[in-house]
Amino acid sequence: MTSNKRDKSLIVIQLSGGNDYLNTVVPYADGKYYDSRSKVNIPQNRVIPIDDQFGFNPSMGPVKSLWDEGKVAIVNGIGYENPNRSHFRSMDIWHTAEPNAIGKEGWLARAIRDIDPLGENVLTGINFGRGLPRALACPGVSVASVGDLETYGLFPDVQDEELRMFTLEAFSRMYGNVAGRDPIMDLMGRTGQDALQGADILRTAPGMYSSSVEYAPNSLAQNVKSISQVFHANLGARVLYTQHGPFDTHSGELATHAKLWDEVAGAIGCLMDDLKEHGTEEDATILVFSEFGRRIKDNGSGSDHGSGGVAFMIGGAVNGGMYGEYPSLSEAEQIEGDLRANNDFRSVYTEILEDWLELDAPSIVNGQFEKLGILQS
Amino acid sequence: MRNNDTALMAHLLRRAGFGASRNELEEYIAMGYDGAVEALLNPSDPGNMPDDLIRRYHVEQSELRDLAGSAAYWMYRMISTSCPMEEKIALFWHGLFATGYAKLNQARSLLNQVDMFRRSGLGSFEDLLVELSKDPAMIVWLDNNENHGSAINENYGRELLELFSMGIGNYTEDDIKECSRAFTGWTLGNAEYMAVRAAKDSIWPYGRIAWHFDYRDEDHDAGEKTFLGETGKFNGEDIIAIIAKQESTARFVATRLFQFFAADEITEDGEKAIQEMIASYFSSGYQIRAMLRTLFHTDYFKSDEARFARVKGPVEMVVGAIRMSGNYQNPALGIEKVSDTMLYMGQGLLQPPTVEGWHEGSEWIDSGALVERVNFAARELSDVTSPGVRSIIDRLQAGADHGVLEPSDLADRCLDLLGPIEVSDETHSVLVQYANRHGSLDLNDHKPGDEAEQRVGNMLRLVAATREYQLA
Repeated sequence: MTSNKRDKSLIVIQLSGGNDYLNTVVPYADGKYYDSRSKVNIPQNRVIPIDDQFGFNPSMGPVKSLWDEGKVAIVNGIGYENPNRSHFRSMDIWHTAEPNAIGKEGWLARAIRDIDPLGENVLTGINFGRGLPRALACPGVSVASVGDLETYGLFPDVQDEELRMFTLEAFSRMYGNVAGRDPIMDLMGRTGQDALQGADILRTAPGMYSSSVEYAPNSLAQNVKSISQVFHANLGARVLYTQHGPFDTHSGELATHAKLWDEVAGAIGCLMDDLKEHGTEEDATILVFSEFGRRIKDNGSGSDHGSGGVAFMIGGAVNGGMYGEYPSLSEAEQIEGDLRANNDFRSVYTEILEDWLELDAPSIVNGQFEKLGILQS
Repeated sequence: MRNNDTALMAHLLRRAGFGASRNELEEYIAMGYDGAVEALLNPSDPGNMPDDLIRRYHVEQSELRDLAGSAAYWMYRMISTSCPMEEKIALFWHGLFATGYAKLNQARSLLNQVDMFRRSGLGSFEDLLVELSKDPAMIVWLDNNENHGSAINENYGRELLELFSMGIGNYTEDDIKECSRAFTGWTLGNAEYMAVRAAKDSIWPYGRIAWHFDYRDEDHDAGEKTFLGETGKFNGEDIIAIIAKQESTARFVATRLFQFFAADEITEDGEKAIQEMIASYFSSGYQIRAMLRTLFHTDYFKSDEARFARVKGPVEMVVGAIRMSGNYQNPALGIEKVSDTMLYMGQGLLQPPTVEGWHEGSEWIDSGALVERVNFAARELSDVTSPGVRSIIDRLQAGADHGVLEPSDLADRCLDLLGPIEVSDETHSVLVQYANRHGSLDLNDHKPGDEAEQRVGNMLRLVAATREYQLA
C-alpha cells in the first residue's frame, strides 16, 4: 500500500500495575458507574466525550485527537476467563499467553524467534528501560535491553582506542564459548556476544535521527523517544517495548491516574507526530495494555485489583473505533465485583502476529482466536 | 592449586556478605569457619560513620526524604560496614517485603524499615511479620491505612499471604478477606495531621514529620473470623501466629533464604539443605539466624556444587566491586551516580519494580544489564588509584619472584586476589594471552599510575569482565 518497503514494527507500551478501565474509557452516561464510584469517578462535565455513552479520561487529550483522525482502536473488556487478580500472575499470563499453565516463553520472544530464527539481527527485539519484561524473554532468543541509548556499549571509559579494541576482542573470545555445559554460562555467553554486536549498531541511532518533536522529560516519553530514534534508524527492529507505571492505584487514584495518563497520552501524541514527520505512520502500530482493570466499586480513595480491562491499538494502519462491547456494570453481569472480560487478549495478539508481523499465530498464542479486524488489510 | 580455606571463606563471605578483599578474608580465616559463621550471624558494631556526623558533614546524604540521597546512604552503609551480614539480611528482606519509594514519596520511612530489617531480620519470623505489619512504610505501600472495619482493603492481607509468607495455593480468597479484617485498625498515628500538611506543602506532601504506627480499636473489626480453618476473634497478631506455624510458611521462608544465600537452582542436595532449614525453623521457634546457621554448616553449602551457583544481583555486584576497590569508605559526592548504575542493571535500592520484588537468578542477565555490569566492575577494578587496587598491586609485587611476574602468574594472581575466582580453561587461556601482550611484568620501583601499574589495572579490568565474575 505504501511505496515504502520497510518491514512493519510493533511498539508496545505496557501500563504496569493494573490500569483502571472505568476511569480511562468512562461510561459517563451509566448511572451505575457513578453509584459504584461514588468517590473515585470522573465527573460528566470533565469527560472528553467519544459518543453519548463513553468518554476519555480528561488527561487523554492527545489520544482523543488521534481518535478523531481514526487512528485509535479501543478494545473493550479485554482479558481472559477465570481472571487472576495477582499482578504478577496476571502480567505473566499476558506475557506468556498462557492463562492456564505457567508459561516460560514470552509471546513476543517467540515472535522474534519466528521473525529471525537464526538470530541474525540482535536488534529484532529491543526493550527500553530497566529489566527485561517476560514477554520478551525466552531461552535462546536475544533481546537488547537499553537503559540509556547515549552510552550503550562496552568499556566506554577506556580512552586508548587500541587497548579498547584489544579488550573487546578478548571479551568476545571469553564470551564466545557456548558449550552447552552450564545454562547460565551459556546464557551469559550468548548475551555478551549479542551485546557486543548490538552496541556498536545501536549507538549510531541517535546520530541518524532528527525531528522537530520535543518529548517531555519524564521517563516514558524519553524511552518512547529512544524507540523513535531506533525505529527511524532502520536497524531492523520489529518489536520495540517499554513500560510505565505504577498504575496500582489503591489509594489517591484520581491524582495519580491523571498524571500517569498525562504522560502516556503525551508520549503517544509525540510519537505519532514523529512518525508523521518521517512519513512512517503506516509502518508502526502501537499496542497499549495493562495486566487487568480494577474493581467496579471504589474503596473510598482508590480501587482494588479487578479483571476486565481495556487495550488500545494506535497507528496509521489501524481502523479506528470501538471493538467489542463495554462490559455491563449491572450486578448480574459482574464477576466477583469486577467487569467480565468479553474479549480474549489472544485475539488481539493473533491479529498483530498474523496481519502485522506476518507470522503463524496459533503456535505463538497456543490456539485459535478470532480476530477483531482492527488492522487494515 | 587452590587453598581450600581461602576459597571456602571467600564463598561464605560472598553469601553472608558482599565478597571480601584479601585483607578482610585473612581476618575471617583466623577465626576458623565456625567462628566466622558466628561472627557474621551476630553483628556487633558496623563501624560506619554515625548518622549525626553524616548529617552535619555530608548534606547530600542528610536529606533523607529524598530517594537518591537515601539510596546512596544505604549503599554507603553496605560498602563501609564491618558486619556485612546485617546489610545482606536487610537486602534480603527488602527484596522479599519489597516496598518502594514511588508511592511513599518519603524515603525516611523506607530507611526506618531497612533499620527494622537490620534489627529484627535474623530473629523470629513471627516477630518480624508483626513488626512488618506495624511498619509505616508498609502500611502506606499496601494501603493498610485504607483498611477499615467498615470496609476492608485487602491489599496487605493478600500480599501478606501470597508474597510474604505462605505463597499462592495455600489459602483461599476467603482467607484473604478474613486476614484483611484482622488487620483493620492497624494504621498510621498522625494521618489527620499529615493530611493537613499535605494540603499545605505540595513538595513534601506528607510534611516534615515521621510516620508512626497506631492501633485504632474503634476502626478494628473485632468480630469472629475463620482463617485457615481456625475460628476466633482474631487480631493481626493471632493471624500471624497461625501463619508462622504453617508448614507452607516454613518451606517458603527456607526456599527464599536458600535461593538468596546458597544457589539460584535447587538441586537434589539443595533440597536436602532446605529440609534441614525447615527443621531448624520449627525447632528454634522460627529463628532466621538458626536457619542460616544450619544452611552454612550443611555439606551442600560447603561443596563445590554451591559455589558460584548464584548470579550476583546488581546491588551485590556494585557493593562487592566497591568493597574490593576500597572506594567510598567515607560518604562522598558522586555515590548517587553509583546507585543509578544499580538501577540500570535492574535493581534500584528502595525502588523495587513491584511488591513482588525483583526476579533474580538468570533474569538479572539481559544484554542491557550485562553491559552495565561489565562496564561498572571493569571501571571500578581497573582504577589503580583506588586503595583496594593499590593493595592488590602491593601483594602482587610481594608475591613475585624478585618483583617480576610472568604473564600467566599475573593472570592467576589477579584471579586469586579478586576471589579466588575459578574460571574455565577457555577463559583462562584468553586471560593469559591478554597478560602476555607486553610480556613479563616488572613491578620493581612501580610508581602510582605508571605503565606497570596500568598493566595490572588492565588485567583486573578483563578479570572483572569475565562471565565467572558475574557469579557469586
